[in-house]
Amino acid sequence: MAARQHEIGKAGWGYTAVTAVISLIYFFPVLWIILTAFKTRTDALAIPPKLFFTPTLENFKGVFFRQSIAGGGSQETEFLLYFFNSIFIAGTSVLLALIVGTLAAYAFSRHPLKGNDTYLFIILTTRMMPPIVVIIPIFLMFRLTGLAGSYWGIILLYTAFNIPFSVWLVKSFFDELNPEIEDAARMDGAAEGRVFFGMCLPQVLAGLAATFVFGLILTWNEFLFALLLTGVDTRTVPVAMARTLGGEVGVDYGLLAAIVTLFLIPIFFVTFLLQNQLLRGVTFGTVKK
Amino acid sequence: MTIELSQLTKKFAALTAVDAIDLDVGEGEVLCLLGPSGCGKTTTLRMIAGLEWATSGDITLGGRRVNDLSARERNVAMSFQFYALYPSLTVAENLAYPLHAEGLSSSQIKAKVAETSRVLQLDPILERRPGQLAEGEKQRVAVGRSIIRDPNCFLFDEPLSRLDVQLREEMRGEIKEVLQGLHRPTVIVTHDQLEALTMADRISVMRDGRIEQVASPHEIFQQPANLFVAGFIGTPAMNLIPATLTGMDGETNATFALEGGQTIAITVDPAVARLKHGATVTLGIRPRNLDIVHEDVSDGLSSVIDIIEPMGAETLAHLNDGRHDLRVVTDWRTPLEEGDRVHVRFQPGAVHVFGSDQQAVRSA
Repeated sequence: MAARQHEIGKAGWGYTAVTAVISLIYFFPVLWIILTAFKTRTDALAIPPKLFFTPTLENFKGVFFRQSIAGGGSQETEFLLYFFNSIFIAGTSVLLALIVGTLAAYAFSRHPLKGNDTYLFIILTTRMMPPIVVIIPIFLMFRLTGLAGSYWGIILLYTAFNIPFSVWLVKSFFDELNPEIEDAARMDGAAEGRVFFGMCLPQVLAGLAATFVFGLILTWNEFLFALLLTGVDTRTVPVAMARTLGGEVGVDYGLLAAIVTLFLIPIFFVTFLLQNQLLRGVTFGTVKK
Repeated sequence: MTIELSQLTKKFAALTAVDAIDLDVGEGEVLCLLGPSGCGKTTTLRMIAGLEWATSGDITLGGRRVNDLSARERNVAMSFQFYALYPSLTVAENLAYPLHAEGLSSSQIKAKVAETSRVLQLDPILERRPGQLAEGEKQRVAVGRSIIRDPNCFLFDEPLSRLDVQLREEMRGEIKEVLQGLHRPTVIVTHDQLEALTMADRISVMRDGRIEQVASPHEIFQQPANLFVAGFIGTPAMNLIPATLTGMDGETNATFALEGGQTIAITVDPAVARLKHGATVTLGIRPRNLDIVHEDVSDGLSSVIDIIEPMGAETLAHLNDGRHDLRVVTDWRTPLEEGDRVHVRFQPGAVHVFGSDQQAVRSA
């Protein structure tokens, strides 16, 4: 018995080591970007690359303050606004998609219609084509309706993008539940609202968290539609980032890396906050009770 | 308080799950719906509960037609096959859940939970969540949650199917005891005949959405109404032997010809005399009503032992002579060898005769 446990322990270390190596390989580019954010321009471009250097906060300063070309004074950049835009737009649209998606998923799961699968498939097909295919019609529609450049325009679009994903994922979580529990609650005098909010939702919270994070990551990184459909005031960070690439002085890698580093923080934060739920969410249904 | 079902029908698209059944359950009576899976017993239960709408027919609870009432308006308590305990609530909260809808005060709820917990010995696990309970404990909580309030009737869906054999026996007794104190009509759905025979006051055997027979456990076993009930109830299953009526001697002595030339003269129900000579019938006899004897007898037949299955106090022998397959249960001390030719005698009065319409030929 003891010997057996010892063996499992050994295998455990092996797995941990392999996992650590793989994680390191995947995380390396991110690590490199974060390191670059703290380098001077010369260090950032040095060949061979420098692993040890004197860190500087100049790049982060550059994210928030722009050196005025004419005089010695500096002026604030719009980064805070863009950062807020990214959080507001992604957060709102993913949350909206989650609410609409959860309600739809419950209906699809518990009150199937004639042709239920067909409807679900149609919902999924909207995510099957590359989004670039519909970019011209969407652009024209947005111009016609005056949604282009507004918060609600881009939020609506992102919500629409996220709904199919939310419906399918959340439906799979509802499908996993034992419907007897809902029947029992009905028998015990619970109205439909209490069955849904009191019995079903608490059981799929982990799934909702997972769906939220996945949607958030997708939306957070979206570039193409943000580039075309946001205006000066509603621009998101990915678009702003792209705009630093131009210019006569070449690419300021340090500045770009600093923006990326800041841009990673909210995702890190949300993932960390929801990590327990997330783990349960992604393993939901894969392990049979 | 009673349950009355009249011409109750449930159709799912092309499938008729329950086909115009009539059934009454009296005050304090325990009725078992028994049948193979897919026979419509659970659908019937769910219609009484209000979890399925009836396609046609009436459901009456205590004289009031409840077809159009939702589950929560019917005031019916049900315990589910997979227990359906609320996973995020503790055992105590699970027990209290049905009481919230009744608008009781928190001290009343506390008292009721304590009372139910005492009856079912749930005190040590009151603060646990369903995920931390053993199967037997879950079952007890499920029963507790259904008996905690005072509903119009009690419904149990396969209450013991998830328990292992030993626990099942224990819980069967416990549930029976609890049910006897309830004074409400109770319907239990089961596919396990032993469960039905031990717990029910009356059994309703169902097949393909129809009720084949409603009677007391004793009567169902002793006087099955038709071939299906005869074959379904009893373990090992009743022997069913195709035969032709060749003659009657007096009121109750009949002679039958079996396939393969053997004849048998046995005591039967007087109603058999009404059949025409040459009528095709099926003879039914339970494995425990066959005796192994030393010489060929007129009220029995001969065959060869195919397989022997020791069952402890008894031995089950499968007899097969190439035409008839017979199961015989004997005392374990009876010396038997596979391959032996043996003679079996039909105990007088134990033979059931079924006509070509599959119904029992029996005088009322």
